[in-house]
Amino acid sequence: MSDAAAVANRARTGRSKGRWFAQVGWRHVVGVLAVAFSLFPILFVISAALNPLGTLSSTELLPTGASLENFTNLFQKTPFAHWFLNSLLLAGVASFASIFLSALAAYAFSRMRFAGRRVGLLALLLIQMFPQFLAIVAIFLIFTTVTDLWPVIGFNTPWGLFLLYMGTALGANTWLMKGFFDTLPKELDESATMDGASHAQVFFRIMLPLVAPILAVTGLLAFIGSINEFIIANVFLTEPNSKTLAVGMFGMVAGERNNNFGMFAAGTLLTAIPTVLVFQLLQRYIVSGLTAGAVKG
Amino acid sequence: MSTSLSGPGSAEEAPGRKPVRRGLPRTPRTARNHAPITATGLVVKVVLLGLVAGIAIWAAFPLVEAEHWVGLAILAATTAGLFYLYLSRRHIPAKYLVPGTIFLIAFQVFPVLYTASTAFTNFGDGHRGSKDDAIVAIQTSSVQQVPGSTEYSLSIATKGDPATGALVFLLSDPKTREVFAGDAGGLRKLDAGDVTVSPTGKITDAAGYTVLNFGQASGRSKDITDLVVPTAGGAVRSNGLSRAYEGKAVRAYDAGCDCVKDSETGKTWTADPANGSFVAADGERLAQGWKVNVGLKNFTRVLTDPDISGPFFGTLLWNFAFAIGSTGFTFLLGMAIALALHSPRMRGTNLYRVLLILPYAMPSFAMLLVWRDMFNTDFGLVNDLFGLDIDWFGGTWSARIAVLLVQLWLGYPYMFLVATGALQAIPRELTEATSVDGASPWQSFRAVTLPLLLVALSPLLIASFAYNFNNVNAILFTTEGGPFAPDNPTNGATDLLITYTYRLAFGAQGAEYGLATTVSIFIFAIVAIVAAISFSRTRKQEEVYS
Repeated sequence: MSDAAAVANRARTGRSKGRWFAQVGWRHVVGVLAVAFSLFPILFVISAALNPLGTLSSTELLPTGASLENFTNLFQKTPFAHWFLNSLLLAGVASFASIFLSALAAYAFSRMRFAGRRVGLLALLLIQMFPQFLAIVAIFLIFTTVTDLWPVIGFNTPWGLFLLYMGTALGANTWLMKGFFDTLPKELDESATMDGASHAQVFFRIMLPLVAPILAVTGLLAFIGSINEFIIANVFLTEPNSKTLAVGMFGMVAGERNNNFGMFAAGTLLTAIPTVLVFQLLQRYIVSGLTAGAVKG
Repeated sequence: MSTSLSGPGSAEEAPGRKPVRRGLPRTPRTARNHAPITATGLVVKVVLLGLVAGIAIWAAFPLVEAEHWVGLAILAATTAGLFYLYLSRRHIPAKYLVPGTIFLIAFQVFPVLYTASTAFTNFGDGHRGSKDDAIVAIQTSSVQQVPGSTEYSLSIATKGDPATGALVFLLSDPKTREVFAGDAGGLRKLDAGDVTVSPTGKITDAAGYTVLNFGQASGRSKDITDLVVPTAGGAVRSNGLSRAYEGKAVRAYDAGCDCVKDSETGKTWTADPANGSFVAADGERLAQGWKVNVGLKNFTRVLTDPDISGPFFGTLLWNFAFAIGSTGFTFLLGMAIALALHSPRMRGTNLYRVLLILPYAMPSFAMLLVWRDMFNTDFGLVNDLFGLDIDWFGGTWSARIAVLLVQLWLGYPYMFLVATGALQAIPRELTEATSVDGASPWQSFRAVTLPLLLVALSPLLIASFAYNFNNVNAILFTTEGGPFAPDNPTNGATDLLITYTYRLAFGAQGAEYGLATTVSIFIFAIVAIVAAISFSRTRKQEEVYS
């Protein structure tokens, strides 16, 4: 009797556990596995950055010692602080501006019908596909002239690079945003227009707040893209203090890889901090159900 | 630059939109409901247009000074166009598209077209400038010391970084005590007050220049030997690190026969306008040539030269596999994880997201280099962790798998992010409705979630494919194209077309931009065709779901 009750009890708890696992638990298993896959190379970098010997050959997966020597060397022996500020300024301004340009274009492509719309969309996609770094010879020649005329936006300045990055602003971001705009109900802007809003008011007051999640995502992508851009920046920035993180740090391990590996790893970690912070900032915009109930009934 | 903000814009029934697939008659232009003119809109518009005018005026001054009339005309036309566009009440779509398009044309389309135009030339090392540049280079490089030529005391200096900056010769004439600064542009006389001359006659310090010490100078001896300062009668060249001489050019150009004569040997090289170089009767070419149009020669060379076209097909296949694999695997993994974490009952999704996204937050070029070390056979982390003893980058397939693994790690957070973003946009009512109707999660995913996801993400997948098709960093920072077969050192197992081109064009035999551009046009054509086909297939979906 009591045995039977115990069995039934076990079965009941087993069943509810099983249901919890089927609905939520397995999701945690997937999450944990994915996090493990994501983190193990980063753990290796952390261990290299804390490694007192600062060489590649002496670094293990788990930290073998803890010293901040690599970090102090990084700031004393290289202009790391300059690189960091240059990268932050460039990536911040460039990502913000490019998101704004893309959002404008995506609104037009999604909500308006005009001659050349599909051709324009296709052209945007194709232009992006020309191997960018093979245009570097032309870009170099163009900016040689620009540097002569307007040194403020020429070589060794963040502004010249910023302009160049704006050239690619309408690329994949416009597409991603257009896809998002397309999923918003048309009744929203139609009803706003009926209430007498101009197209600009519809865009700034109604659409932009609603597409905040995609603005956040594309903003993050653009920020990361600028931080990691190497090939063009490498041509543009030759003075030690004007370099970005990617260019400066690559120079650090170009020759002395093994010996500078600790410093390189320390720099890698510090470079990741702004991106992680940006992601944290934008986290709260990436929330579900933004458009639910926004349509006038 | 400028933003489109048309405050007092007209409000047609649906701005700029013709009713699509709806039989509504278009509202006639006369029957407009004018939107109220908002003060903010007007102020913003005035401020931004003022800014455009200000920038245009600032940019115009150097153009006028340099007498760049074409540039000035383009600037004026652009500014006028912007004013017209934002002050008129029509062309509403253009108001939104123009700001980005201006940048796109100036910094993307124009460089690409400029680059493409070099495919029809022999532009590259030895063929960089005009014929006159080539003649000057030939004459100055043939300078030799002749009896009675002036001798100078030499100091090496630069205006930039001692290790990389452009070099300048600081010269002092021991007889006349005059001091000069000379670079590739010519010789300039310096003010004696600006320089410090040692008792031996050597310049030790000069205003505005950094004088290189002996160690720094000897490290750049090749640059010093190569620097030739053109003068009226010939050129100044270095002789060691502390002496220089003014010599006479042995070879001179003769416009009469359009040829270069060597006054010592009497040999002549006649100009060959088809190839842009001076050729002697015995077929010897002078290294210094000039840039000429060669028509379709580069294209035929790519198709017929066995060194280039031979491995092309195998590399093309692997290139497709790499691009599809990189895009496909990252998408599948990213989407699967995004779906797993996209549940209202999940706790801690934010923490998962932050940790998952970390590979994407790490600087990718740095992590590529780290991965290369982790795949090291002897002390690499991958072999250590799993107790393997694989020579990852030594074997064809293991190297390819390694490269794809690295791509998966670097790329799946991105796909996870965009899939999460797209999932947020799908109204929950849809999936709720399917489950009410008794569909299994898999059925509702197949019938509702996946199609909607693909509508939003298929352009991104195409873009990602195109990006990976030409992902130079992924290969150059890891395998560098290897492993190479012993009999073919120019084409490795993990080479993409673009890294292969890069090696051909900028490799051992010097830069050949014309040829490199030609191959990149082939690459572009391949990618564009693939993208256009996939794109036209998304059109149907857009029609269905919009």
